[in-house]
Amino acid sequence: MTTEAKSGHPGGSLSAVEILVCLYFDLMQVRPDNPRWPARSRFVLSKGHAAPVLYAALHEKGFFGEDVLMSLRKKGSVLQGHPDMTRTPGVDASTGSLGQGLSFACGLALGARLAPEAYRVWALVGDGESQEGQIWEAAMFASHYRLHNLTVFHDMNGLQIDGACEEVMNPYPLEDKWRAFGWNVLCIDGHDFEQIFEAADIAMAHDKAPSVIVARTVKGKGVSFMENQAGWHGKAATPAQLEEALAELDRGGDRA
Amino acid sequence: MKATRVAYGETLASLAASDLDIVVLDADLSQSTMTAMFKKTCASRFVNTGIAEQNMMAVAGGLAASGLTVFASTFAVFATGRAYDQIRQNIAHNRANVKIVASHSGLTVGEDGASHQALEDIALMRALPNMSVICPADAVETASVIEAIARDDKPYYVRLGRPPVPIIFGDDYVYTPGKSNVLREGTDVAVFATGHMVFRALRAHEMLKQEGISSEIVNVHTIKPLDEEAVVASARKCGAVVTVEEHSIIGGLGSAICETLCEKQPTRVVRLGVRDVFGESGTPDGLLEAHGLSAAHIAAQCKKVVSEKRQ
Repeated sequence: MTTEAKSGHPGGSLSAVEILVCLYFDLMQVRPDNPRWPARSRFVLSKGHAAPVLYAALHEKGFFGEDVLMSLRKKGSVLQGHPDMTRTPGVDASTGSLGQGLSFACGLALGARLAPEAYRVWALVGDGESQEGQIWEAAMFASHYRLHNLTVFHDMNGLQIDGACEEVMNPYPLEDKWRAFGWNVLCIDGHDFEQIFEAADIAMAHDKAPSVIVARTVKGKGVSFMENQAGWHGKAATPAQLEEALAELDRGGDRA
Repeated sequence: MKATRVAYGETLASLAASDLDIVVLDADLSQSTMTAMFKKTCASRFVNTGIAEQNMMAVAGGLAASGLTVFASTFAVFATGRAYDQIRQNIAHNRANVKIVASHSGLTVGEDGASHQALEDIALMRALPNMSVICPADAVETASVIEAIARDDKPYYVRLGRPPVPIIFGDDYVYTPGKSNVLREGTDVAVFATGHMVFRALRAHEMLKQEGISSEIVNVHTIKPLDEEAVVASARKCGAVVTVEEHSIIGGLGSAICETLCEKQPTRVVRLGVRDVFGESGTPDGLLEAHGLSAAHIAAQCKKVVSEKRQ
């Protein structure tokens, strides 16, 4: 769909595919026929530029058809360049300005305590994104108010627009930072379904603090020419590259 | 005399017992913004975010998305400039049910000086789609405004002040959304004032009367959406306009009036406000005097614009 749109963010979308699959096809309670169902699980894509992976998951789940998927980034589309809760069925938060989604997720999680319907809130934060100070304001807030109904996946793909995160502005070690802020911290391989589920189960059972699952991932995962290449942060594949990428992903799928 | 922020605290506290699902946020200034009065009656619905205004505004957006009516308060300078993108992304864009009620706006913050005097907040909030901007003139109007917006699910920015100001309105006053109040009728010059400047404009009216000048005083409590009909009517009747605000002349009430008049009723306008400079320390009245915003200054400018009109 980014190829069709001729722009978008494939790299950071591919690093989070397995996490989104686990969320939308197992961990979250959502109703495609009633996107605003009050008791639904909420998901906040704090790294909003990974919108394509969220849209793909929502499409597969049945929130909208393939024609909608292919309208990404076009005038009049419900699929905006970055997630827009006012336009897209199934999108719970408008994001794109980095560093803010986790705070919004905190508001949803606190709201779940005050609202008639209790629900769980999930968020996906990028490692480059955690250079934004507001992420740590939100980390302090969630811990202070013991928002244990909030679980964050920290997508540690190691790259941002200008290069490797540790060279641009080192945000690591992430685990120690979360621990210092009072979170329940779990570390996994973010492309391993078993590890994702195991960590999510532990997070959901933890009732004293919010949990963060620090997920080691590969930007551009599954497409050899995109893997670990910062250049694929915000650039769409050409039709020929797309064909090659899809063929590779298909072969990867066979192996799995 | 009563500060508008005190009326805010009292009204919030009274709303705690209402049918509204209210949550109040503050960033460590609840004793000053007066949200502490709400906390006292309804601690379970009060959330202190600590000194983290950016987080507060985005949390407010999330709470609103959970179906709650959210009030978020801090000083005007931090509520707007410090958290601008957070308001834009999480509140204005989503048309969220969040009321940003900010105290300590304008020069009348006084001694704390430039860092604490918001002189650009109306301009910032007015530029955001979906955002309404209200600046009540006294404590009675503040109470009525808070009660009204609590029952409307759109975003609002309400600009309140620090020092006590005279009560202008009777107890039976009810804020009417979209309708400005003509407080004194006149024919020589129309004065559009907002917030703390309204009672000063009323004093200027009396001074002008002594000199045989008839001034129309309009309380523009709602700067966005502006009551364009009232603005055009008074401007047409008087043929000369003076705007008065405790805010920069760039982007605030004066700009809003000029934008309307140049399209719909071209009229000579003099904008009284802070002339593109930062604030400074001083007493509230001393600063207004120094920046040409006392009642005597308003009267003098009105006299000048009327004499120019007659030439």
